[in-house]
Amino acid sequence: MPLTHIKDMQNHCGEHRRMPVAIRGRQLPNMVNLHFPPRRPISLASALRRCGALLSLGLAVAGAHAQPAAPDAARQRELVRMVRQDCGSCHGLYLTGGLGPALTREALAEKPLDSMAATIYGGRPGTPMAPWKAMLSEADALWIAQQLMAGFPEPHKDSR
Amino acid sequence: MKRRDCLALLGASSLLLAGCASTGNVPPLAGTGDLGVVVARSTGTLAIVNTSQRTLLAEVKGLGDLSHASVVFSRDGRHAFVFGRDGALTKVDLLTQRIAGRVMQAGNSIGGAISADGSLVVAQNYTPGGIKAFNTATLELVADIPAEYEPGKLSRVVGLVDLPGRRFAYSLFDANAIWITDLSDPTRPVTTKLPNIGRQPYDALVTPNGRHYIAGLFGEDGLAMVDLWEEKPQVRRILAGYGRGQEPLPVYKMPHLRGWAVAGRRAYLPAIGRHEVLVVDTDTWQEVGRIPVAGQPVFVMARPDGRQVWVNFSVPDYHRVQVIDTTTQKIVRTLEPGKAVLHMEFTPRGESVWISSRDDHRISVIDTQSFATQATMTLDSPSGIFFTSRAARVGF
Repeated sequence: MPLTHIKDMQNHCGEHRRMPVAIRGRQLPNMVNLHFPPRRPISLASALRRCGALLSLGLAVAGAHAQPAAPDAARQRELVRMVRQDCGSCHGLYLTGGLGPALTREALAEKPLDSMAATIYGGRPGTPMAPWKAMLSEADALWIAQQLMAGFPEPHKDSR
Repeated sequence: MKRRDCLALLGASSLLLAGCASTGNVPPLAGTGDLGVVVARSTGTLAIVNTSQRTLLAEVKGLGDLSHASVVFSRDGRHAFVFGRDGALTKVDLLTQRIAGRVMQAGNSIGGAISADGSLVVAQNYTPGGIKAFNTATLELVADIPAEYEPGKLSRVVGLVDLPGRRFAYSLFDANAIWITDLSDPTRPVTTKLPNIGRQPYDALVTPNGRHYIAGLFGEDGLAMVDLWEEKPQVRRILAGYGRGQEPLPVYKMPHLRGWAVAGRRAYLPAIGRHEVLVVDTDTWQEVGRIPVAGQPVFVMARPDGRQVWVNFSVPDYHRVQVIDTTTQKIVRTLEPGKAVLHMEFTPRGESVWISSRDDHRISVIDTQSFATQATMTLDSPSGIFFTSRAARVGF
């Protein structure tokens, strides 16, 4: 089940189940079913600063916000192999780049984590970067982005 | 006695040969027509295989980053030239099963081609964008053509093919161009530049007669075609708008056009963002059909006799391989040879096909008539499979 992150009427970020991506940005008539608890009011600017990119990209990243559960150890191993092997088709097995840009820690030093995660999940129109949301959850995408920025793990020995 | 000495004497004395074989593991005298290589991408290893015996003969290690590695062969089928992602060009001797030469020629490389006379091996590079030509005997650099499409801007190069007369055609992903470089005198390369071919050419092929160069376009529906027999080659759009305005499906892996699928007068081409193989008449270059398939096609390859076309797919449908009968344009078989099928290669006359299943660490040999599995071999994350019969084919 996809998670969609939207802004509620109090300009809060949160994750909301069963909300199709298409509703992002539209005013929602009824907020009562949102499971994200209300917070103390904050200014619009502050909300945007904290949530802005995430809202438009459909991903919760910043530490202050509720996050989907990180993938478990088995899933992490799958993701490591997937990034090395399948993302590696374009980015290289060692992530040094190819048709797609390099994804080494050095190459990503200036890149915002949220936009990385959003690109993995939703793709980048106008480029060959495909949206991987059919194969990855948002939590997966976020975890991958975090690992890439920290220097991606070597493939697990067993999974080669 | 040292192995090297044995090799020099190989032809001279069978006695010595026997003596060496017991101590130095020197292979016996052999031809190369049934040899080939399989890339083990995760370990930087090239496996040498024999397609008559259906065996792995040896593993040559130390080739670096072999993700997306591709291979061309010397005219005598003895040497494999391996283009690594890390920009290395490695020459592997299939008979001695050793590295015969190696040069770091770029920062990021995607493949290469060899001239018809066997004298020049040419690498196509992403970083620095351009092509470089090397003497096949010495791996000495003989020509460097940066793909500089605007001052200071180099394009990533895709779709490099050899053409008759020591010419090479290639496409510039970042510049929407096709260039044809004449290296008949490598000290004076002459490049013909065809601009505005369409957005983002991602790969290309040359037809078996060396006449038509076709670049697939990622950025739009259609392909760019050049008739190389024309006095002034021009780009023509073919299969324009094949997507019919529908929203394309995600493309998780770029199709490969090299290893053309031309069967009779029809060419079979992977659609981008469609789970379809497009069929085009090579006389009129009109679409004459489209065949729904099980995923985004990656390789669409004709059996050498043209009777069948085999198709593999991108993730997540890459556990399947489908076979099209070219007399009926119908899928006659769907095979599941293993997890993550990355490549297929036909034996020289096509009675068998070798298929690599990366995640099962398996190579399967399949009878193309009965579809029975004739043999399997274990290799760490196998990807590209290349047989020496490529040495005799234009565009391979």
